[in-house]
Amino acid sequence: MFTEFAQYVLNGLVLGALIALPALGLTLIFSVQGFVNFSVAAQMTVGAYAAWLAGAYLGWSSILMLLFAFLVPGMLGVAADRLALAPIRRQSGAHTALMLAVVSIALNLAIENALRFLFGSNLNSFDIPVERNLQIWGLSVGPQQLRNLVTALLIAVALAAFFSLTRWGKAMRAVADNTDLARLKGIEPRNLANLATFIGMGLAGIGGSLLAIDTSVDPSTGSRLILVIFSASVLGGLTSLYGAVLGALIIGVMGEVAMIAMPPVYQSLTAFLAILFILLVKPTGLLVGAEGVRK
Amino acid sequence: MTSYLLFIGTIAAIYSLLSLGLVVSWGQTGMVNLGLVGFFGLGAYCSALLTKFGAPIGVGWVAGAALSAAIGVAFCLLTRTLRGDYLAIVTLGFGEGLRLVELNERWLTGGSDGISGIRAPLKDTLGDLYPWFYFALAWALVALVVWVLTRILGSPFGRALRAVRDDEKIAAVAGKNVLRLKCQAFGIGAALFGLAGALYAHLTSYISPDNFVVQLTIYIFLAVTAGGYSRLIGAVFGSLAVLTILESSRFAAEYIPGLSAVQIASLREFAIAVALIVIMQLRPQGVFGLRNERAGAGAIDATSSAPTVATASK
Repeated sequence: MFTEFAQYVLNGLVLGALIALPALGLTLIFSVQGFVNFSVAAQMTVGAYAAWLAGAYLGWSSILMLLFAFLVPGMLGVAADRLALAPIRRQSGAHTALMLAVVSIALNLAIENALRFLFGSNLNSFDIPVERNLQIWGLSVGPQQLRNLVTALLIAVALAAFFSLTRWGKAMRAVADNTDLARLKGIEPRNLANLATFIGMGLAGIGGSLLAIDTSVDPSTGSRLILVIFSASVLGGLTSLYGAVLGALIIGVMGEVAMIAMPPVYQSLTAFLAILFILLVKPTGLLVGAEGVRK
Repeated sequence: MTSYLLFIGTIAAIYSLLSLGLVVSWGQTGMVNLGLVGFFGLGAYCSALLTKFGAPIGVGWVAGAALSAAIGVAFCLLTRTLRGDYLAIVTLGFGEGLRLVELNERWLTGGSDGISGIRAPLKDTLGDLYPWFYFALAWALVALVVWVLTRILGSPFGRALRAVRDDEKIAAVAGKNVLRLKCQAFGIGAALFGLAGALYAHLTSYISPDNFVVQLTIYIFLAVTAGGYSRLIGAVFGSLAVLTILESSRFAAEYIPGLSAVQIASLREFAIAVALIVIMQLRPQGVFGLRNERAGAGAIDATSSAPTVATASK
C-alpha cells in the first residue's frame, strides 16, 4: 500500500519536473510583461519538433538537441511577440491584458497550424531503445524519465543561478516582485521583455522536448498539457518563479495520486479542480511577492 | 448548392447567437469567457439527451439554455474573487474539462462516437422545405435575441453593466451590486451559448466532442472583435464575415495544387488566427466601433485603447 502510494508520488514528481519548465517560462513572461501568454503551449510543441529534427532526424548529441530545443522556440517566441503582441501592448487600456490573452490564443492556434502544415498530424517518436525500468526500494522508474528529471533539475539550478547572480536576472526578479519599485530603481520592464520572452519560450521548448522524448511529437503535444501548466503557474501565484516550480510539483503529484480514485483520462481535470479549489481559498495563488499580485 | 448555402446560413445564425452572448459578457461587462465552447457543448448535449428520452424539442432548447445559464451563474459566483486573467484561464479550463467529460463518460455522451440521430423539429412534415424552415427559425431567434438585448442593454441595467466594465470600483461606490450584475451578464451570455448549442445539435442531428474544440472560441472572438466588441449588430455582422472567410477559404484552398487535406485545413485555421491578430492590431474597436455608450466614469478603455485609429475613422 505504502509502496504503491510512494510510486504515485514518484511518478508525480517526475511529471511535475517536466511541467515546471514551461510553467517557469509562463510565469517569467507574465512577471515581466503582465499578461498571460497562451502561446506557450505551441512553443512547447515547437521545442518538441526542434528536438525531434535535431535528435531523431539529424542525429545530434543530446546536449546540442536540447540547446536547439531552447533556441528555436526562444527566437520564434520573440519574433511572434514582436509581430503579433507588441502592437497590441502599445494600445494601453483597461482591457489590454485580456486582449493580449485572446490574441495569444490566436497566436497559439496559428503556430500549431503552421506546424501541422509543415509536419502533418502524424505522431513522430524518437528512436530510443526500450530500456528496462530501474527498481529502487520497490519503486520503479524509467531511465529516460530519470534523465528528464535530472535535466529539468539542472536547468532549474542554472536558472536559479542566472536569477540570483546576473544583473539581468536580478532585474527580472525585481520586476516580478514589485514593478513600481523596480521602475523607481531605474529598471524599465519593457527592456527586459525580449529577454524574458526568449528565456520563457526557450524553457517551454525544452519542457516540450523532454515531454516528447518521453511520449511522442505531434502538433498538439503542447496543447494537451496547457491546462496542467497553467494550473501549476496559477497555483504558484503567476509571478513567483519558485511558486511555479512548487506549483508544478504539487500539480504533478496531485494528478498522479488522484489516479488512485479517478480514471487517468481526468488527470488534467484534477489539475483544474485543484487550482479552482486553491484559488477559492487564496485568490492570489500560493506564493506572491511582498506587494501582492502585479497590477 | 442551395442546401449548402442554407446550411452555412443557419450556422451563421448559430454563430451570431454565440457572438451575442459574448457581447453581453465580454463587450458589455468586460468578463472574458474563453470557455464559451463548453457552454455551447452543455446546451447541445442537454437538448440532445432530453429529446432522445422523449422531451419535446422546444423543451430541450429551453433546458439547454437554462442549464447553461445556471452553470454560468454558479461559475461566476465561484470565481468572484478572481482577477480578469485568472478568469480567462479558469474559463478555458472549464471548457476543456467539459470536453474531457464528454469524451470519457461514454454511458451518457457516447464518448468520441458522440450522439447521432438527434431529432429535428417537423422534419418529416416539411420534407424539402425543412432546411428553409430551420434557417428562418434560427434567424428569427437571432432577431428576437437582438431585440430583447437592445431593450435590456439600453435600460439602466445595461448602463450599470458598462459601468462595471469601465470601472468596477466606481460602479460599486455608486451603489451598484457589482457581483450580481456580473453574474447576470455572465448568465445571459451562457444562456445564449447554451441555446446556440441546442440549435446546433438539432441542425446537424449529430454531436461529438470534436464539435466543441477551442477553435470555435477563436472564431467567435474573431466575429465579435471584427464587428466591434460591444455592439450587437457587430456580432451578427462579424459572424457572417467569419463564416465567409472560413467557407471561401475552403474553395480557395482547392486552387492551391499539391496540398493534402490536413494542410488545407491547417492553412484555413492559420488564416483565421492571423486575421484575428491583424484585426486586433489595426482596428481593435471593430468595424462598427464603439458608440457613445460609455457609463461616463471610466472613459479610458475605448478612446485611449486606439487613439490614432479612432480619430482617423471619425
